[in-house]
Amino acid sequence: MKVLAALVRRDLTLALRQGTGAGTALGFFLTVMVLIPLGIGPDQALLQRIAPGALWIALLLSVLLSSDRIFQADFEDGSLELMTMGPAALEIVVTMKGLAHWLTTGLPLAIAAPLLGFLLNLDAALIGPLVLAMGLGSVALSLLASLGAAVTVGIRRGGLLVSLLILPLYVPVVIFGVAASGGAGGVNIAGPSLMILAAIALVALVTVPFAAAAALRAYLH
Amino acid sequence: MKLVARNLACERGGRNVFAGLDFTVEAGGLLLLKGPNGAGKTSLLRLIAGFAEPADGNVELEGGHAELTLGQHCHLVQHQDAVKSALTVEENLSFWAGFLGGGDVDAALAALALERLRTTSAAYLSAGQRRRLSLSRLALVPRAVWLLDEPSVGLDAASLERLKDLIRRQLAGGGLVVASTHVEIGVPAAAEIDLGAMQEAAA
Amino acid sequence: MKIEKYANPARFLALQERMQPWLTGSAAFIIAIGLYLGLVVAPPDYQQGETVRIMFIHVPSAWNAMMIYTSMALCSIIAIVLRHPLADMAAKAAAPFGAVFAFLALATGSLWGKPMWGTWWVWDARLTSTFVLFLLYLGYIAVWQAIEEPRRAAAIARIVAIVGFINVPIIKFSVDWWNSLHQGESIFRAGGPTIYPTILWPLLVMGLGYTVMFFALEFSALRTEVLARRIRQMEIAEAQGS
Repeated sequence: MKVLAALVRRDLTLALRQGTGAGTALGFFLTVMVLIPLGIGPDQALLQRIAPGALWIALLLSVLLSSDRIFQADFEDGSLELMTMGPAALEIVVTMKGLAHWLTTGLPLAIAAPLLGFLLNLDAALIGPLVLAMGLGSVALSLLASLGAAVTVGIRRGGLLVSLLILPLYVPVVIFGVAASGGAGGVNIAGPSLMILAAIALVALVTVPFAAAAALRAYLH
Repeated sequence: MKLVARNLACERGGRNVFAGLDFTVEAGGLLLLKGPNGAGKTSLLRLIAGFAEPADGNVELEGGHAELTLGQHCHLVQHQDAVKSALTVEENLSFWAGFLGGGDVDAALAALALERLRTTSAAYLSAGQRRRLSLSRLALVPRAVWLLDEPSVGLDAASLERLKDLIRRQLAGGGLVVASTHVEIGVPAAAEIDLGAMQEAAA
Repeated sequence: MKIEKYANPARFLALQERMQPWLTGSAAFIIAIGLYLGLVVAPPDYQQGETVRIMFIHVPSAWNAMMIYTSMALCSIIAIVLRHPLADMAAKAAAPFGAVFAFLALATGSLWGKPMWGTWWVWDARLTSTFVLFLLYLGYIAVWQAIEEPRRAAAIARIVAIVGFINVPIIKFSVDWWNSLHQGESIFRAGGPTIYPTILWPLLVMGLGYTVMFFALEFSALRTEVLARRIRQMEIAEAQGS
């Protein structure tokens, strides 16, 4: 327990000091939020209709593209190898690093995103459901992003490959996430969709650490 | 406790780095690895640390804790120093102390005379000082086996003496050290393996 | 197990040389029969007319796309559990074919869709999940391209194949559900309201023919893979010797 706390604390400290946490991800998010209306047109009614979906897409892109730093630095300076020689299993290490990343990027963005919905004329009634759905969905998004980070940690310029590998896995998260936000089909299906979103997050929580640890071991060889 | 290798073979990038390697290192013993670059010294150290499966044979720590892997009995110091520039010297060490299940940060700082740099950010350290920080991990948590890959590189004379002292104390306490180094440790080596000669003989 | 007798790459090469002509021949033969049944014997659909015949290319392609990805995931599991030396190579060799069949399914589906629904593309569950399947194939192939060392590439590729495979039913389910949310989209039903025997038989024959065709292609590609691996080992040995 102390072991894991030390790891999370260090990752949080590094993220805060190096400023590569929510800061850059938020900047990216804002850029996307500007480009979407510019690409679609100023029709307020149209923007309001697409707002939940667009916010989810901007969120998942921001989480995915900021995820490469989860393992990269530790891989390059030899820390990751030393971590495999500690008392904690690599799978737990991976989970803790994913948790730290979620706390510094996924979760803050998930909370900020609905509040920035006004840029797309988001229906104010949807802010609550959106925060809840994104808070939960960001867990799945962060976990899958960390899987992508692990699979490409030793590849130079692996960013494009990460997108190709992980974006297809985001399909269910987006579908149920938007539905849980009350964005499509109204508020009736929001409840069940939220349940399914939680299920996806749980499945990811259980399977991603094993897959990511296996990928990291392949690169440490 | 002893480190035993039987018929150990290592493969890297599709080629055989070494094969048929046998050795036994008893408690308190130092194993020196010799050979030119590419002979497999680093590969052997990493194999013992558990980063790869041997292509053939096996290496075991007899008398260790059964529930731990071989790597979990070891300290590894290699070319990369695993130092975080955004943290201070003390924070770097206290992270490893916590992560490795409890350690003595003060003893580690004293081991390579880093007390003065305790609260200095690692970003301001010279290359030699970073090296010393990396090596001071050895004094942080007691571990049975030390795997050292060219540990003397970048050290000044005084630090080198302290490192030799650390190694002598580890051996005196019944620990094992496997090191690849060109520098005299000042302790008679229990065994020496010339991986370069092995490679030539195999070819 | 009898399979292991052919696990040895050299034995596989010998097996492949003997079987290849039979595989290629029977694939061509079965497909020829299927095409005859489908294009000549089967009557035009009372609703769609002649365009229904695209189905005889479209459906087997989709079957193959799904079947090949399943076998890639299986090969990856076999590679992890049994450490069979050919398993990784078999998956790697199969991937491009799977991608092509997925693309064929999409393209023929699109060509079929235009006269049927008046649109080139529709986001129904099957099309969308086949599209995602196509992307999964591309990702898998990209992993082998991006990582130079074959051992490492194989380790990563296995993970990608298995994770992707787990996701295919999840994606299909989620898109199905998503479609049911957005009523008003036309629901695509393969083959029309019912499948008459005159349409069913050519379909099954073509399905069989496509499967045999895949095996013929796979054997040949696996041979290429084994030989390429040998060449690489020889080049490494030569570089070491000098």
